Amino acid sequence: MTSDAAARAEALARAAYGRLLAILAATDGDIESAEDCLADGFAHALRTWPESGVPDNPEAWLLTVARNRRSDLQRSAAYRLSDSLDEAAGENVSSVMEEIDPDAIPDRRLALLFVCAHPAIDPAVRTPLMLQAVLGFDASQIARAFALPDAAMAQRLVRAKRRIRDARIPFVVPERGEMASRLTPVLEAIYGAYAIDFPLVAGTEPRDSLAAESQYLATVLAELLPDDPEVLGLAALISLSLARRAAHETSEEFVPLDEQDASRWDAALIAAGERYLHRASEMRRIGRFQLEAAIQSVHCARATSGVTDWGALRMLYAALLTIAPTLGARVAHAATVGRVDGAIAGLAALDAITDDAVQRFQPAWATRAHLLLEAGRVDDASTAYERAISLTTDPAMRAYLEGRR
Amino acid sequence: MRYALLIHYPQPPQIPLTNEQLKAGMAAFQAYAKAIDEAGVLESAEVLKTIDSATSVSVRNGKLQVQDGPFADTKEAFAGVFMIDVPDLDAAIAWAEKCPAAQWGTVEIRPSGVRYVDGAWANVS
Repeated sequence: MTSDAAARAEALARAAYGRLLAILAATDGDIESAEDCLADGFAHALRTWPESGVPDNPEAWLLTVARNRRSDLQRSAAYRLSDSLDEAAGENVSSVMEEIDPDAIPDRRLALLFVCAHPAIDPAVRTPLMLQAVLGFDASQIARAFALPDAAMAQRLVRAKRRIRDARIPFVVPERGEMASRLTPVLEAIYGAYAIDFPLVAGTEPRDSLAAESQYLATVLAELLPDDPEVLGLAALISLSLARRAAHETSEEFVPLDEQDASRWDAALIAAGERYLHRASEMRRIGRFQLEAAIQSVHCARATSGVTDWGALRMLYAALLTIAPTLGARVAHAATVGRVDGAIAGLAALDAITDDAVQRFQPAWATRAHLLLEAGRVDDASTAYERAISLTTDPAMRAYLEGRR
Repeated sequence: MRYALLIHYPQPPQIPLTNEQLKAGMAAFQAYAKAIDEAGVLESAEVLKTIDSATSVSVRNGKLQVQDGPFADTKEAFAGVFMIDVPDLDAAIAWAEKCPAAQWGTVEIRPSGVRYVDGAWANVS
């Protein structure tokens, strides 16, 4: 019974945490206090459920306990001793419980996501804030995933939450007019959990640790905003990328995408990603995440067709460059040009990148080296490989490049 | 080209560290040192004890002056050094970026000037 209650509480914590926190925090914008009350609710559940059994509507039960705790706190200037909590919470739960309709608990997570990615919040803390507020991760779990010291992460999160409270950032879903501009940072923060720019040496442990959480958040967002093609595009992008992760997670060696064993990719995740992408494309409003998802979709298609459609990739990258001409996209575009039109054309596309940062951009040098080798310019290729290797800190990638030099 | 990656961070830390945090920091430095060593670019690495153990020595007018404490009393103090040998500044920046201490402090990159080898000072190129 005890373990059953614990397991139920844990499963609930995952599914309901963000829903309950969004409701509790929305009243006064105080996420910190809402977290404390919700934590009290879960602690109370773990103590009482093993004896009394799991209530019929555990979510409403937790919400009631947390709300009671909240009004206790608001009534008394000082925090009441936790000893009195059981008693205080227990008294009210049963009487209020009957009045709560299980299906009536509204889902306010969308507003919470917009708060976490509000323009007034430091972009670097938006993703960690979402992981904490929506999924209930504690600061040290998040710190580990981002390879940051616990104290530094905890401090950033607390500062952001106090800012939300003190500046009174509203818990609302933006109006239609500003939806587009406000949605982008939400999408980027969710994608940020997938593509964490790990400060640690790449290749060490935390690399993939939040990919599943990122996918969960993207799926939640797709449920909450089912009519936005970029929301669906993000869910597609993360699903399709995640589908290929399992294949190279087991290997210490770096295996380039087009040499990966496609039979080891996750077919169910690919299918899920394709469904999102299909729904998005029907809305006929193209965007960055849809294009990136389409690029992943072309790569994933090799699992069934056995070949990679490089012409399609080149077109998609060219389209992506008109919307989001990042350095990474420009280098990837040059690589696909090299595949389709030959190494000389690929090198010309690389040379056309004028951004100074390209000189320090490792993928640009690795791509240049591959193309030079293909063009038969062995000496130049060797120089480019050397340069690429000198910019590579990932041990697996270094070994791969050294092998090709 | 030889570069010193000079690590500076707040001493004492802004928030006292728990044992677990200390362990996490050490694990990060272990992974970093291993990667930089296996890449064949590491010459030496040392992280110093905190500034409360520092002693500063100078001689003025022939008189020894021993001071309890660091040379410069700043919020961020010198904490350690990685000597690396890489082709150019961009490669040095790539490694400095991955230094765990870049997350909570600053990594200063300084090219080596002259170096004492085999009984004489030699220019480093």
